[in-house]
Amino acid sequence: MSVAPVSTAVPAATDTSMLRVSALTKSYSRGTSLLSRFGAGGPSTLKALDGVDLELRQGEILALVGESGSGKSTLAKILVGSTTATSGEVSYRGATAPARRDRESSRRVQMVFQDPYSSLNPRLTVGRMLAELLLLHKIVPRREVRAESIRLLNLVGLEEEVLGAYPSQFSGGQRQRLAIARAIAVRPDVLIADEPVSALDVSVQATILDLFTSLRAELGLSILFVAHNLAVVQHLSDRVAVMYLGRIVEVADTAEIFARPRHPYTRALIDSIPRMRETSVNDAFELDGEPPSPYDVPAGCRFHPRCALASEICFATDPPLLQIGPAHESACLKADELATIPLPDPAQELP
Amino acid sequence: MIPESGAPLLRVQDLTIGIRRPGGRSVAIVEDVSFDVDPGQRLGIVGESGSGKSLTLRAVAGLLPRGVEVLSGRVEFAGRDLLTMPAKDRRALMGPQIAMIFQEPMTALNPVMRVGDQIAEGPRRHLGMSAKEAGELAVSMMARTGIPDPARRAKAYPHELSGGLRQRIMIAMAVSCGPRLLLCDEPTTALDVTVQLQVLKLLEKLCDDTGASLVFVTHDLAVVNQTCSELAVMYAGHIVEAGRVKDTFRQPRHPYTRGLLESAPDFDRPERELIPIPGFPPNVADRPSGCPFAPRCGYVRDHCTEAVPPLEEVLPGRLAACYESDRLVEVLA
Repeated sequence: MSVAPVSTAVPAATDTSMLRVSALTKSYSRGTSLLSRFGAGGPSTLKALDGVDLELRQGEILALVGESGSGKSTLAKILVGSTTATSGEVSYRGATAPARRDRESSRRVQMVFQDPYSSLNPRLTVGRMLAELLLLHKIVPRREVRAESIRLLNLVGLEEEVLGAYPSQFSGGQRQRLAIARAIAVRPDVLIADEPVSALDVSVQATILDLFTSLRAELGLSILFVAHNLAVVQHLSDRVAVMYLGRIVEVADTAEIFARPRHPYTRALIDSIPRMRETSVNDAFELDGEPPSPYDVPAGCRFHPRCALASEICFATDPPLLQIGPAHESACLKADELATIPLPDPAQELP
Repeated sequence: MIPESGAPLLRVQDLTIGIRRPGGRSVAIVEDVSFDVDPGQRLGIVGESGSGKSLTLRAVAGLLPRGVEVLSGRVEFAGRDLLTMPAKDRRALMGPQIAMIFQEPMTALNPVMRVGDQIAEGPRRHLGMSAKEAGELAVSMMARTGIPDPARRAKAYPHELSGGLRQRIMIAMAVSCGPRLLLCDEPTTALDVTVQLQVLKLLEKLCDDTGASLVFVTHDLAVVNQTCSELAVMYAGHIVEAGRVKDTFRQPRHPYTRGLLESAPDFDRPERELIPIPGFPPNVADRPSGCPFAPRCGYVRDHCTEAVPPLEEVLPGRLAACYESDRLVEVLA
């Protein structure tokens, strides 16, 4: 019998870091049309990631937030190994992950996609889908496949009866449960979830969020949760990393970042959240316009064209992500100034 | 805007939408939906996928998908029934009187026509403007919707613009003829939060400026709270609760509304536990007898499964379709 190795041979020094990326970049060139070769049509390299440093710790739920085009999904893809970085390093438990993942290293990091309607093979029954994975990765011997499949289904809140069913027979929330069962079938250490609840109805979202929390507790998973809904992020995650135009601009514990955001972009995101109650929103941080094109990232601080606090120094200096407090990093030259401007106070709501 | 003799601008009465099957049997997807929208009023219709909220809106706009039709009921706009008037008259209302904004601007815009020309099309056809006048109007409408450098952008094609700009183009198109009623189908769902806020504020401002009424369909309770004053909650093709947004959020009187509020994360109350609604919405072709929410409801009693509860006034200005509404008196913290 061959069973997937349980990770025991792990050096003690790295026990806090599961996945770490440093100075990660990913560029795409704008194609090789004749015109672009002669230099027409402006800048031709898109920097989807432009120097990303981030760490996913063992057993934590880390949320990655930012506007579309900020590079969240590119980062998720690199972490899961479905695309390679242009430069920089991805390390897994302290060891550099190979650019081309072998079966074993790809097993350890699994992904749950946004749309459970398109991410499950419509022609495979649930039983076959799981059996294929369990056998391919030699998780359990053939005679135990059925029992293991049932165990997985129970873990995600489904019953044995669904083994013979096809994905089309399930609702959105149930499909997302199947997608999660598929991801955890190979006993990964890390789950990358790319907007896993944004295609689901509100009443179902809560059950899937609970499922992530319970899986983290039961299986000791580390979860990177890519999301745009900050209310969901606040509810679920331990830490939050904010991305803007291919960079991480702020990282802190969830309570800290929402109570004391130290990057104006984070602040603007918070002020943009549609609220369930009255708040006195400070309009100074509302953003005008949309993110600049990643083909043409602004000089200096990449956020300065949209920033309410930007001054001369911001036009010229590209601020690095620096420690500005305990477990709080920000890439803003005005992080201290920002701390003095009060946040909208939900306590001021009308009765 | 002063209501004309107190009449609502839009009155939807006992609207039933469904699929007619050969042999006379028909399946109702939306059943007996009634609501009024007064001039200048903003109504949010909230529900989950399959609740019939978008179909209801599309029936008002006359844009039901092929095969789906209005089976019975009335849709009155300024006192005239849209469903029985000649198709030509109805088309003449769409644009100058009633305009619609869709969720996905990329599929709603013509990909091979410059956006400025698309905005100008309505004013040329309905307001009899010359190409030049309409072109100028298009640029000024684009400026009003906050599009930077509108004269240049008017010459762009939809694919050259970002999602937020495309949605602004759709809004500019919708308001170019000064409609009295704006129908919005999840207009910000595809947008980032920062851009969503800009678009919601824009819609609000345009409605304030022109006195237009708004019917806003969404699944996002918080978006309704920011945009609308009135609320209708739909479940399985029925309106189950209706009232003022603030009051309803504070003290929902239908278990489904309450369930929605308790299952959605609220940014201002991070410590609150999320309570999912158990089960799934019923299949429209196979609704349970009685209240459609009964199988998922925590307040259910025997009589709930006997007959569909009528939508009745349970508080001044609040309607709920629940026999047990009196037991929901708790104010949500």
